[in-house]
Amino acid sequence: MSTLLTVDDLKVSFPTRTGEINAVRGVSFTLGRERLGIVGESGSGKSQTGRAIMGLTPGHAKITAKTLNFDGIDLLHASPRQRRDLRGKRIAMILQDPKYSLNPVMTIGRQIIETLQTHEKVSWKQGRQRALDMLEAVQIRDPERVFDLYPHEVSGGMGQRVMIAMMLVCGPELLIADEPTSALDVTVQLDVLGILDKLVAERGMGLIFVSHDLRLVSSFCDRVIVMYAGRIVEELPSADLASAKHPYTQGLLNCLPRIGSDRHPLPVLERKAEWAQ
Amino acid sequence: MTATALSVSDMVVTFDEFVALNHVSLDVREGESFGIVGESGSGKSTLLRAVAGLNVFESGRLTVAGRSYSGAKRDRDFYRTVQMVFQDPYGSLHPRQTVDRLLLEPLAIHGFTDVDVRIARALDEVGLGSGFRFRYSHQLSGGQRQRIAIARALILEPKILLLDEPTSALDASIQAEILNLLEQARRERGLTFVMVSHDLGVISHMCDRLAVMRKGEVVETFAADALEKREFSADYTRQLLVASEGFRRG
Repeated sequence: MSTLLTVDDLKVSFPTRTGEINAVRGVSFTLGRERLGIVGESGSGKSQTGRAIMGLTPGHAKITAKTLNFDGIDLLHASPRQRRDLRGKRIAMILQDPKYSLNPVMTIGRQIIETLQTHEKVSWKQGRQRALDMLEAVQIRDPERVFDLYPHEVSGGMGQRVMIAMMLVCGPELLIADEPTSALDVTVQLDVLGILDKLVAERGMGLIFVSHDLRLVSSFCDRVIVMYAGRIVEELPSADLASAKHPYTQGLLNCLPRIGSDRHPLPVLERKAEWAQ
Repeated sequence: MTATALSVSDMVVTFDEFVALNHVSLDVREGESFGIVGESGSGKSTLLRAVAGLNVFESGRLTVAGRSYSGAKRDRDFYRTVQMVFQDPYGSLHPRQTVDRLLLEPLAIHGFTDVDVRIARALDEVGLGSGFRFRYSHQLSGGQRQRIAIARALILEPKILLLDEPTSALDASIQAEILNLLEQARRERGLTFVMVSHDLGVISHMCDRLAVMRKGEVVETFAADALEKREFSADYTRQLLVASEGFRRG
């Protein structure tokens, strides 16, 4: 399998008045055209890892790495222009909540075409056709109608489908999904995941799926990385999740209430300082 | 037979033209933990809010501890009996009040005098300790905030606790801690819970019986063990159950 993305010893830190906060402290992994899950609690650095790859880390943060390489391009030393060309075209990102991440004053169709026109020379008419095709691909029933709607006029599930459409319209090679379904209803979650799964498989993209839900991630991805306090504590294939060795991974798995298991009180996650070393 | 703690019959709530609750009836027994599941817009939160007097209900009856209520007017006694914990701990605590001030408010309203002792005890009970007493909510994590919200609800020693998605804004690991805390409080004080959630796993863990709601109506009501044995009839319940089991390819 060809390697799409190489991350070696990635560190992200934020200087504050009370000293540096190290959000990501030496994360390394490689990604081919496969589905990789990154799991952890809030503050474990999982989102910052995704953002650093995408180039969305705030300007005052410090990013260092031995290697941060996307298909031969050194992301750390890429010019802003180069990064802009990559972003949206070859690397795309789906954010958590469509309510906040779609432009509220632009119709859905225009937003999708905007993405297209940023990266390709397409006329409005061609763009419209591609946007409509894409909306259909994410199983929106009446694309013509949705094309002219504003984001506040659609439901959360539909908003998230629109975001997926917008992110995939340029045919990216790497997709980063940061909690793509956390803001959605349980019944809608599965629909959206199903669509995402199908499109990722059809188009042979690499996918990084960031979430705090270990069970969900493991059912969706080939491989899972578990993060704690900015470091990777365990990396394992999803199929072997039951035999996870690290107590933190086991804790994450066990703390979820399950139907048909009578565990009172629920096992609570232990956190040990030495795991963060 | 145990007494009924809270009874709702034929409750209707409308917002202009939209019917949010369409003749909903529920009976919650004393000491019971009762769950309500459904997707957004099913009316589950509206039901809790109508019980708590945060929404007006047009018709129907609400009986709490033997007394009837209508509209949105609730007297002080009602809030000594019924307290509510909200979904989002980032929104439900006053940002400019310290924890001490937040916990003092219900005590002052209800004319308690031994406030110091009660605040210290309430903080202890939710596992925070008095070190948190003079902090602002922005200095706390999400889980700690939800603990404060629970302390605020418990400080008046209510009989019934209304829980509106108390853990859905929290991480899975923090969720376990909060659920354990709630169970412990229920056991120690013999509380009655009415808990709303979209997560069937959480409801089946916490509750004895549950109601499934959809589009402002109760689809069905059954005991929580029936979930495991699949002894329910509505197709919608099956959909929710499948959704709670996670993603499956194919």
